[in-house]
Amino acid sequence: MSVMKFAPTMLKQLFKKPVTKNYPAEPIDYPEGSRGHIDIDIQKCISCGLCMINCPSSAIKVNKKDKTWTINRFDCVQCGLCVHVCPKKCLSLNPGYQTPGPKKYTYSQTHIMTEEEKKRAAEAEARKQAAIKAAMEKKKAAAAAAAAASAEKKPEA
Amino acid sequence: MGKRSVVPFGPQHPVLPEPIHLDLVIEDEKVIEAVPNIGFIHRGLEGLTDKRDFKQMTYVIERTCGICSFGHGLGYVETIEKIMNAEVPARGKYLRTVWAELARMHSHLLWLGLMADAFGFESLFYQAWRIRERVLDLLEMTTGGRLIFSVNEPGGVLRDINSDQEKEILKELDIMEDEVKDIEKTFLQDYTVESRLKGVGYLSKEQVHDLGCCGPFARASGLSYDMRKLGYEAYGDLDFEPIISTQGDAYARCECRVKEVFQSIDLIRQAFAKMPGGDIFNPVKGNPNGEHFTRIEQPRGEAIYYVKANGTKKLDRFRMRTPTFANLTGLCETLKNCEYSDVGILALTIDPCISCTER
Repeated sequence: MSVMKFAPTMLKQLFKKPVTKNYPAEPIDYPEGSRGHIDIDIQKCISCGLCMINCPSSAIKVNKKDKTWTINRFDCVQCGLCVHVCPKKCLSLNPGYQTPGPKKYTYSQTHIMTEEEKKRAAEAEARKQAAIKAAMEKKKAAAAAAAAASAEKKPEA
Repeated sequence: MGKRSVVPFGPQHPVLPEPIHLDLVIEDEKVIEAVPNIGFIHRGLEGLTDKRDFKQMTYVIERTCGICSFGHGLGYVETIEKIMNAEVPARGKYLRTVWAELARMHSHLLWLGLMADAFGFESLFYQAWRIRERVLDLLEMTTGGRLIFSVNEPGGVLRDINSDQEKEILKELDIMEDEVKDIEKTFLQDYTVESRLKGVGYLSKEQVHDLGCCGPFARASGLSYDMRKLGYEAYGDLDFEPIISTQGDAYARCECRVKEVFQSIDLIRQAFAKMPGGDIFNPVKGNPNGEHFTRIEQPRGEAIYYVKANGTKKLDRFRMRTPTFANLTGLCETLKNCEYSDVGILALTIDPCISCTER
């Protein structure tokens, strides 16, 4: 048991600079991998919606029709699951936290289609329409055949 | 014999970081009985298993508490891996061990600071938290988060520690070891601290065993009970012995935690020396089906995780028993026949984490 055990620690600290920063006058430097906020490279995005399905706090909304990606930054918990599941790796977690605000606003990005993508989409749409048409015709033909078969059967019965 | 009266302690109290209410039955200055009352911050996280799938639950469970977050993520993920028979790459296991020990260091340094504040040594509190800041910076550098790390996923870990970061961690550990040695002298040898803590809240080895206590609280009474000895993750390859004290009072609990900080530094060094190369993540396929119990050692003691899965994305049941819940019975026992002025210190000696307890 002894006294004045804390004095050396205290004296050492007297001749050192303060360990705290004069924030906000002095900016804080975040390390490289800091989880601050989610960013998207929207031109790589294919609007698959996996980030929306996997988000634990339902902060991300993906509109497949308009190719819009929307995040509510105040709902996001920076877990990084969307970055992990993204098949095109267009999402990234970057340093810098969301500043506080009076209301929950969202951040939205829309994928702008290039000429090639538009062409491909039009082709896909045409193929889809053709497939639907073919299926309808097939169904109609089957129905007609069935009707004919039943009409044939009826007189016998 | 004086007149009996009931004095409320908490839920808002300077020594309590989180809300817990104790009804203290007092006779003169002596506490006769303490009745705990919890339920102020129940959030129903276990019930969220109905609404989130098992991968999303990892992130929900991590957010149960800010201090034990790594332990919760680890325990849950390990349970899911056992159900799915998933093999974690060796490097992933070592990385988990390193982060678990860093988390233990920051939890214990936080507790030491709070304890110093509780017995009225404010500058010692600042010193403990100054060292803790170094651990938080290391965690932010390697995982991206200061308190919530989100690096565990069924099948491995999502982030790697590269050689530069490893050097940085080992360098900082050397500095921290010296600094903790400095404040250790004050915690364990100083006259004022010793006279405040020695002989306060004694529990014998038999008592802590019968009351089902765990963690440093039980080890301070001489019960050698450390879940890391089960050898989960990489602990089986590392060389360590549980830190035990036999005095069983508040001073012994403080001693155990100070020494565990050094033990964690040693374990991190050992883990880096033995760390293999290779993959860190081995994705799991399909959904879990079955049930499993896992026990892991958190900074505060033994935590138990139970998962019952039915082969779909969403789990049937999830339950966890946290160390503070087990230690509350011990707290009520220590509070019997103690001085009223010691209640604050004794409530802190179990390292209460009410967010974990109420989930």
